[in-house]
Amino acid sequence: MTPDQSLLDLSDTFFSISVALYSVALVAFCAQLAFGRRPAARQLVTAGGGAAPDAPADTAEDLAAPRRAQRWGAVAMALTAIGALTHAGVLVCRAFALDRLPWGNMYEFGTAVVLVAVVAYLVLAVRSPALRHIGVFVLAPVVLGMVGIGLFLYVEGGPLVAALRSAWLAIHVTAAIIGFGIFLVSGIASVLYLVRSKDEQKPAEERGTGFVSRLPESSVLDRLAHRTAVFGFPIWTFAVIAGAIWAESAWGRFWGWDPKETWSFIAWVVYAAYLHARTTAGWRGRPAAWVNVVGLIIMVFNLTFVNLVSSGLHSYAGVE
Amino acid sequence: MTTTAPAREAAAPPPPARPSVGRRIGARLLLWWRRLTAMRTAIVLLFLLALAAVPGSLLPQRSLSQANVRGYFADHPDLAPVLDRLYLFDVFSSPWFAAVYLLLFISLIGCVLPRAVEHVRALRSAPPPAPRNLLRLPDSGAVPTALPADAALDVVEEELRVRRYRVVRRDGAHGPEVSAEKGYLKETGNLLFHLSLIALLLGLAGGKLWGYEGSILVTEGDGFCNSFQQYDTYSAGPLIDSGDLSPVCVDLEGFQAEYEPDLTASSFTADIRYGGPGEEGRTATIGVNSPLRSEGDRLYLTGHGFSPTFSVTLPDGEQFTDVTVPFLPSDPTTMASEGALKLPDVGGGSDQQLALEGFFAPTGLVQGGVLTSIDPRPLDPKVAVVAYQGYLGLDSGLPQSVYSLDASQIERGRLTEAGAANLSLGDSMTLEDGTVITFDGFKEFAALQYSHDPGQIWVLVSAISLLTGLLGLLLLRRERVFARPGPAPDGGGTVLTLASLTRGSSESAPRFAALTDDLRAALAARTASQPEVSPRDS
Ligand code: HEM
Repeated sequence: MTPDQSLLDLSDTFFSISVALYSVALVAFCAQLAFGRRPAARQLVTAGGGAAPDAPADTAEDLAAPRRAQRWGAVAMALTAIGALTHAGVLVCRAFALDRLPWGNMYEFGTAVVLVAVVAYLVLAVRSPALRHIGVFVLAPVVLGMVGIGLFLYVEGGPLVAALRSAWLAIHVTAAIIGFGIFLVSGIASVLYLVRSKDEQKPAEERGTGFVSRLPESSVLDRLAHRTAVFGFPIWTFAVIAGAIWAESAWGRFWGWDPKETWSFIAWVVYAAYLHARTTAGWRGRPAAWVNVVGLIIMVFNLTFVNLVSSGLHSYAGVE
Repeated sequence: MTTTAPAREAAAPPPPARPSVGRRIGARLLLWWRRLTAMRTAIVLLFLLALAAVPGSLLPQRSLSQANVRGYFADHPDLAPVLDRLYLFDVFSSPWFAAVYLLLFISLIGCVLPRAVEHVRALRSAPPPAPRNLLRLPDSGAVPTALPADAALDVVEEELRVRRYRVVRRDGAHGPEVSAEKGYLKETGNLLFHLSLIALLLGLAGGKLWGYEGSILVTEGDGFCNSFQQYDTYSAGPLIDSGDLSPVCVDLEGFQAEYEPDLTASSFTADIRYGGPGEEGRTATIGVNSPLRSEGDRLYLTGHGFSPTFSVTLPDGEQFTDVTVPFLPSDPTTMASEGALKLPDVGGGSDQQLALEGFFAPTGLVQGGVLTSIDPRPLDPKVAVVAYQGYLGLDSGLPQSVYSLDASQIERGRLTEAGAANLSLGDSMTLEDGTVITFDGFKEFAALQYSHDPGQIWVLVSAISLLTGLLGLLLLRRERVFARPGPAPDGGGTVLTLASLTRGSSESAPRFAALTDDLRAALAARTASQPEVSPRDS
């Protein structure tokens, strides 16, 4: 069939709108942080400097600031949610225009992964409001990722090559996208955990007063990282197994150490190491968080370097 | 957790004097064993496994492409032999890769088997007695009630049973108490997961030992039989010999490729006939993503291409017709293909052999004398051929690719160019000596792969049980709840001390609070329905 060009154009427009919405949401999240509650440390210092710790003006400002921050936070969440809708529109339009699943090349795959990460973050932030404060750190990589995807991975919508015409595309790639998106959130949480826990180790008066002090507590971040990884790991395991089943019918063997297979396996082993590290004395806390960060780096490497540089059977990448 | 020593270690008596050599070696071995089976070692081994796989994806591997490895040797003549000695072109079958995963699996067995034994024992025994000081547990609290101790424990027991706990009541050293546990399936899942990993490895190994795989290019109308001699390339496990191959022959009756309007390939299918040697056979159509499976063997269509057909008329009138040879696609989007035709028997002597090197375009466009392909469909096939005459070097003892001429023979002047032309269908070219070469037509060929992997089904079953175990392991919670009544400080009624221990969830506090609230409500309800109970009973 011939693709519906107007729908494809609409998809591209949605992509630009999503990037714009996320960028504005990012600014709003920054404003939320900027107007956030002053850290206790700062007040201590003021007290030591001799000024009256609760001068009336100060108190008024302190009360006003969180409310303003809250308003910015709500705006940011709303913008992110609308952005996620137009982001979904990018894929839906492609799907209808091409009459196929919208993950047949790296542009579509990357776009879908970022969407999963945004939706996972939205769900988590709605359920536990403490996580709204980390919006900046989710949306900044999201905007960067979207711009990168738009600039470097964009391909015109087209039909799938024969090898991809299989029900396993839906099963394997969908699982991979969801697993990847969730690992993305998990990795961000671990990075923030590393930053925050370093700060918490310092004596109170040396702690950072900037954004670090406004992050959720390190234990919250650690739990977020672990919970998401626990959610993502079986999905990724399933994606790898489904990929093997597909490879058996498409390439004549279920596992052949093709570069993409190899790196998916490496990522899987590293995430298994992360789950072990979380329950092993001596590895808990920061070492485990580093393992999770390494896992995410491998996932990103697998999507970018392995697709673009290695020549394997997975070269569906189709980036012209 | 696994670092804690099993009970039998405590039984070893302190050494009286100098222990015997045997015992010292034994102690040293035990220490190593314990280190190997510790979780910390498992993490390090997991990392090593990940790390060991890295060179396998960055360097060309023989198992994936012999040609790429040869190319690497050509590009890095000094480095490549060193890497080769380190098995870096065969990473996944190298001894050091095997060492890492075997150590990991020994560690796994040493870690999981004792746990499995322990788990089976736990499944058959009652939940353990409550610890002495319940309030020391992270989730604990006290609930006062007007009920007497026994009645209060009755309520707790009922409530826990409704929640599918396994409950026991004991008269322990510290008075009556309730211990309850649920979530045994979590540990079952853990064991299932880890044991499935071992099963999966065994399945993989079995497939490697007893499996084989052969590849062949078959032109329409031709066929092959399942034997190692016939395959262009094959690989076989060490425990298989040629007698074990199933006696099957396959004929390629037709091949079709279909394209979308934008020339994306949409489907490739091959019509085949297969059966025992000499049998009539059955027909089937195989394609991308749909192999033929029969009795543990599988036949795949892995690629396709064109085989141009030529005829050659020598100056003396001798004719060779229907000379067909597969040309390998060099560009899958336009199916531009390259190949060579070697005719060692054409001339009189070994220095009068004829060879053609050619470029085939299914839809050709000649611009400025250069032929390019513009469409993968055979709408207007053309070939560009260069004819050589001389000595091909086929009997020199060195292996030659069948798809190209030996460039060194041309460099040394033993093969000399005798003519070149772009030919459309039916065109001929005449060489200096009067030999006429005609481009008669083309056929399609299919790249077929015949595979046998007896371990595959075991790997699949292991993978499914692995995933099942993983879900149980990650999603379920293992919880123990303890309750012990004591007299209320003011003498009226009972104070129940409650505590819980959770494994597998980081958010146990809210759930414990909810359970406490439920128990408090149940106790209150029971108190209300039994107003006649006198406080004296406590
Ligand atoms: C092929 C390598 C292995 C993989 C892929 C693997 C994977 C996993 C996973 C995903 C978990 C779940 C972690 C969680 O509860 O969050 C786990 C738990 C566990 N693994 Fe492994 N494992 C491997 C090897 C080992 C080895 C060698 C040992 C023993 C030394 C081991 C001992 C354990 C134990 C005891 C647990 C339970 C942790 C708990 O209950 O909290 N595993 N494993």
